[in-house]
Amino acid sequence: MRTEIQLAGFGGQGIVLSGLILGEAAILDGLNAVQTQSYGPESRGGAARSDVIISNMGIDYPKVVSPNVLVTLSQPAYDKYHSLISEKGLLIVDADLVESEASALRVPFSKLADELGRRIVANVIMLGTLAKVSECVSRESLERAVLRNIPKGTEELNLKALAAGFGSS
Amino acid sequence: MDEREYAAIRKLLGESPAFIQGDVACAYGAVLAGCRFFAGYPITPATETSESMASLMPRVGGTYIQMEDEIASIAAVIGASWAGQKAMTTTSGPGFSLMQENIGYACMTETPCVIVDVQRSGPSTGQPTEPAQGDMMQSRWGSHGDYELIALVPHSVQECLDLVIEAFNLAERFRVPVIVLTDAEVGHMREKTVIPEFKDLHLVERERPTVPRESYVPFGGGAAAVPPMGFFGLGYRTYVTGLTHTEKGLPATSSAAEHTKLVSRLCEKIRQASDALVKVEERYLDGAEYAVVSYGVTSRVALNAVRLLRRRKKKVGYLRLIGLWPFPEARLAQLGKQVKGLLVPEMNLGQIVHPVREAVAGKCRVAQLPKIGGAIHTPAEIAEAVDKLMTGSRR
Repeated sequence: MRTEIQLAGFGGQGIVLSGLILGEAAILDGLNAVQTQSYGPESRGGAARSDVIISNMGIDYPKVVSPNVLVTLSQPAYDKYHSLISEKGLLIVDADLVESEASALRVPFSKLADELGRRIVANVIMLGTLAKVSECVSRESLERAVLRNIPKGTEELNLKALAAGFGSS
Repeated sequence: MDEREYAAIRKLLGESPAFIQGDVACAYGAVLAGCRFFAGYPITPATETSESMASLMPRVGGTYIQMEDEIASIAAVIGASWAGQKAMTTTSGPGFSLMQENIGYACMTETPCVIVDVQRSGPSTGQPTEPAQGDMMQSRWGSHGDYELIALVPHSVQECLDLVIEAFNLAERFRVPVIVLTDAEVGHMREKTVIPEFKDLHLVERERPTVPRESYVPFGGGAAAVPPMGFFGLGYRTYVTGLTHTEKGLPATSSAAEHTKLVSRLCEKIRQASDALVKVEERYLDGAEYAVVSYGVTSRVALNAVRLLRRRKKKVGYLRLIGLWPFPEARLAQLGKQVKGLLVPEMNLGQIVHPVREAVAGKCRVAQLPKIGGAIHTPAEIAEAVDKLMTGSRR
């Protein structure tokens, strides 16, 4: 089965890293994954998008056509992509940054991250929520993938963030 | 490379399967192939290869140099190769343009080297972060004069690793620059990538001269010969020049005979090996009446589209170019006789469609499906274009 996940927001929100972690978690689960990204020349503030395809079979077309899961962490990203979501698709938005349709799963990722002391872990909280709700990867693999991709010394903070994500929905 | 060196490298590269970018896989492939010299000038979307090589080279006893520009980068790579190292550089569109003169120099001096071009939109600086396939023809005809070289086009992260190893093997075997054409999509894509085991790693080393020093002829041999390379340090005396030279390497710039002999050999050593160098992937071609000919990331879309059409009972096949130069002309000519039409989707306004047309020589219709601006084709776009080709042919 092919699951298409699209993560979109501003550069600097950790969109691309989130896609990487999610894909790596899928590989650790023994699945196939392809992660692609698009971003502008700016390192902060421009639009950022990361597509992750997870499948138990080979993946030829590497892009998202109609996401089964769409996460938007900025208003422009929501405005641009929310209409593409597949039927019965799961829409997750940052409650404080995005005005969205009522059916979306609205979680204040940035606020929860602020409460943990670092806004920068909002994306890890988001990954926790995404994994819990979509069940696209196991918690164990996601934890391992997070730990493999963060700076030394931030393990505790990131694991807390992931737990907050799992607990937020 | 012995088993011990391999084990040390494997430790550096980490777990397999890895979840890495195409650019990083190119660096992994290079290290595994025995590359111990990298010179480059960072450029989006190829920077990650430089970054990886900067980290890997010093830890395997190799050298990484960030040069002042791409002209110097390829020049340093050529020098390193003549000093006996397997050497590589990486770049993208504008940098690839700058390298062209020295790529010709590498062909003329028969210098094995590998150039990875992670293509982005052009002309000029264009769209730095967006993928394109705009250098397909430049990779063949970018330098001046008559020459042949080899180019490979990976379509996945795994193939980036595998084909860079292959590129080194071919460069060493034929003493030519080998170009690996990826693009921003494949270069930045992350995918499950298996790192080959020692027993699966087949590496080719350049042939060294065995004759006594006084009888060594550095650029000799028959009409399609690849002469053994007496690189610096082996004790052989060799003069290396981009000028037309005799078998002994001495300039002979006014001799039509010497020039014809040399340049013909440079071309023939590749042309006569063309059949062995053909590398295509074929699917669904049995009984196909139409086919999509594609390469690189576009071929992944094409395969998806062909499957879609097959489900609709359309007799459509798939041919992917993995080896681009020398061009698999004979295979395409044969396919042209089998089918009624070929579709060539490309992320440029029409480049490889031309050698395809030349190969089929009017035996079937050839339609192009260009797309530029950064987005890759969608399966629906390719399927629709095939439909149109089928309807058009029936009329």
